[in-house]
Amino acid sequence: MSETHSVLAHQFDDLEQQFEASTLGMWAFLITEVLFFGGLFTGYAVYRSQYPLAFAEGSLHLDYRIGAINTAVLICSSLTMALAVRSAQLGRRRSLIGFLLLTMLLGSVFLGIKVFEYSHKYHEHLIPGINFVPPHEFIRYHVDPQQLYVFLSFYFAMTGMHALHMIIGVSVLAVLVVLAWRGRFSSEYYNPVEVAGLYWHFVDIVWIFLFPLLYLISRS
Amino acid sequence: MDATPINAHSGTPGEPIRANYLNVNYGLKSWLLTTDHKRIGILYLISITIFFALGGIFAALIRLELMTPEGDVVSSEMYNKLFTMHGVAMIFFFLIPSIPAVFGNFLIPMMIGARDVAFPRLNLMSWYIYSIGGVFTFAAMALGGVDTGWTFYAPYSSTYSNSNVALTAVGIFILGFSSILTGLNFIVTIHKMRAPGLTWFRLPLFVWAHYATSLIQILGTPVVAISIVLVALERLLKLGIFDPKLGGDPLLFQHLFWFYSHPAVYIMILPSMGVVSEVIACFSRKRVFGYPFIAFSSLAIAVLGFLVWGHHMFTSGQSVYAGMIFSVLTMLVAIPSAVKVFNWTATLYKGSVSYQAPMLYALGFIGLFTIGGLTGLFLATLATDVHLHDTYFVVAHFHYIMVGGAIMGYMAAMHFWWPKMTGRLYPEGWAKFAALVIFVGFNLTFFPQFVLGYLGMPRRYHVYPPEFQVLNVMSTAGASILAVGYIIPLIYLLWSLKYGPAAGANPWQAKGLEWTTPSPPPPHNFERTPVVTEEAYAYESKPYPEEAEVV
Repeated sequence: MSETHSVLAHQFDDLEQQFEASTLGMWAFLITEVLFFGGLFTGYAVYRSQYPLAFAEGSLHLDYRIGAINTAVLICSSLTMALAVRSAQLGRRRSLIGFLLLTMLLGSVFLGIKVFEYSHKYHEHLIPGINFVPPHEFIRYHVDPQQLYVFLSFYFAMTGMHALHMIIGVSVLAVLVVLAWRGRFSSEYYNPVEVAGLYWHFVDIVWIFLFPLLYLISRS
Repeated sequence: MDATPINAHSGTPGEPIRANYLNVNYGLKSWLLTTDHKRIGILYLISITIFFALGGIFAALIRLELMTPEGDVVSSEMYNKLFTMHGVAMIFFFLIPSIPAVFGNFLIPMMIGARDVAFPRLNLMSWYIYSIGGVFTFAAMALGGVDTGWTFYAPYSSTYSNSNVALTAVGIFILGFSSILTGLNFIVTIHKMRAPGLTWFRLPLFVWAHYATSLIQILGTPVVAISIVLVALERLLKLGIFDPKLGGDPLLFQHLFWFYSHPAVYIMILPSMGVVSEVIACFSRKRVFGYPFIAFSSLAIAVLGFLVWGHHMFTSGQSVYAGMIFSVLTMLVAIPSAVKVFNWTATLYKGSVSYQAPMLYALGFIGLFTIGGLTGLFLATLATDVHLHDTYFVVAHFHYIMVGGAIMGYMAAMHFWWPKMTGRLYPEGWAKFAALVIFVGFNLTFFPQFVLGYLGMPRRYHVYPPEFQVLNVMSTAGASILAVGYIIPLIYLLWSLKYGPAAGANPWQAKGLEWTTPSPPPPHNFERTPVVTEEAYAYESKPYPEEAEVV
């Protein structure tokens, strides 16, 4: 019982109210995030309708196989995150730590592949503002290099912003591992794991939209 | 002195000192590490007052320059920086946080019978984020300023301006998270922390207004955040997003920017409307007329506010068809605004109206907001906007809403809840005098600007044709009076902290849970969680119960 009281913050009447408040808080934050990425998606939609061929051509310069592998990695990480939340609910400390570490590992694999992909783009001279050189030959559509530049700008802005969210997510999980190690969570109190899970799934879903919009245009 | 009994009642002479949120512990550390929503409100009060003074100094320099048609006080570059920094300081660092961060923080938990907001540490973090954003922006100002206008239109901001755009943008980006987190905290607090019996339709209208404000904060602010990120990426990494030279479209920036920044106007005005609802009801000794209409009109303003941003682009190359749609949608905002004004007026009707200082500000709000709102219709109309766009008419219009509306509401809140926050009464005579000075100074400053704009004087120029001088001198004279009007309350409010008579729990005989606690309130607001059994503003049912008990 005293265990229960130590995790109940003074402003709440009971653990249920505290749990509902923290979950609602995270949902509200995720709505904020939807609007944040919404600005990027709006810009993407505007330019894709203005420069449809350049976006199709740009998409062909991305390696869809790498994108697909990364999609699979993230979906697996969502599964391990869900299992981590489940372990927390059941109060299984060791499996909680295990699944959190596994989720971190998969997140890091995603980021590692992303770094590999970015460096590949660097060698192809396709990074706007750093070393962009219009390609000698276009793959399918001969477009204005300026329009290709806009596509690549959006590719880096969108995947970069997503990667930043992944880095924050992995860091949050690292903190949770330490807290779980110290035995801070129980089947009565696991709010931080729950809300971190919501965040992690949200970041995954953003990628589920980014992958087809960036990698799979006009591939048939 | 050390052993302060927490359960003691206030006001009885000879009792030991009661523990309140101000005396529970002392020292800078106890303030900088506090999670008490009341102390965080005070921290915000100090921070935003600094930025208000800073923005006021910039405004004074602008008005000084405009006394004469020639550019004789500052250069045109300096003038660009002055109006930019005036806008940045006043909008982002004063008006947007003003009532929510100070009075919303202080009052919402008390009004709903809670011990604190849902996330007290996040609340403190919001203040630190505000301060860090403030430091960046202040540094940008001190290192030479920024000259893009507070709107940061690309590609000037992203490519050509040589001033401290990036530093200012970082400051405002950081600041945005403070606003988001405050809004998020309020939404969760209002949903989950209400006392037993406090149903949604028993909530004070101040809380409804803040709920609507918070919705705008969490939905709009992230969009301006990503716009700022994109400007920064274009400026620093040369990504092609807004600059036509890089394949981008400058109009996209205006769409993204105004998607936040027009709703931001309602972030500034809605909390003031909440204050006015409280004050009008209290000083009319009457139920608010049409409670659900005022409550829902706040939500309607929040929702409609997201659909009108295109009226800032009537002359920017947006299609005429889009312009017509945005024009009609903009007109719709007038409906919930008018609903509020009519309901406040109907509340006054046959009420026992008394004219204390908070009431003077609230009445001033109604009149000035009405003028500001009606002139907004001129600007919402496509054809007249072509004539009035970017003239002083626009400047006068939004100052009637922002200064005549939002700051009048802020001053009303300050005078209404100051006794609750500090436990002291301010000198009423001086307060009424200051309200009058502000009202006269304000109108003398900004009414001539309507005429100037209609005659064709453009905004954002530091030289103008000599025939505009008379009206400009009137405006500058008004600004001087307005400045005096703001300095007087600063003096007597600070004076009252030491010399003001004790206020007692409820100096206005007002309804609302916040008035049932002693002044200043104890650290956790309520000894026992209150149970609410009646609607808000039950002024007629039991007139003056506290007095009746004393007699």
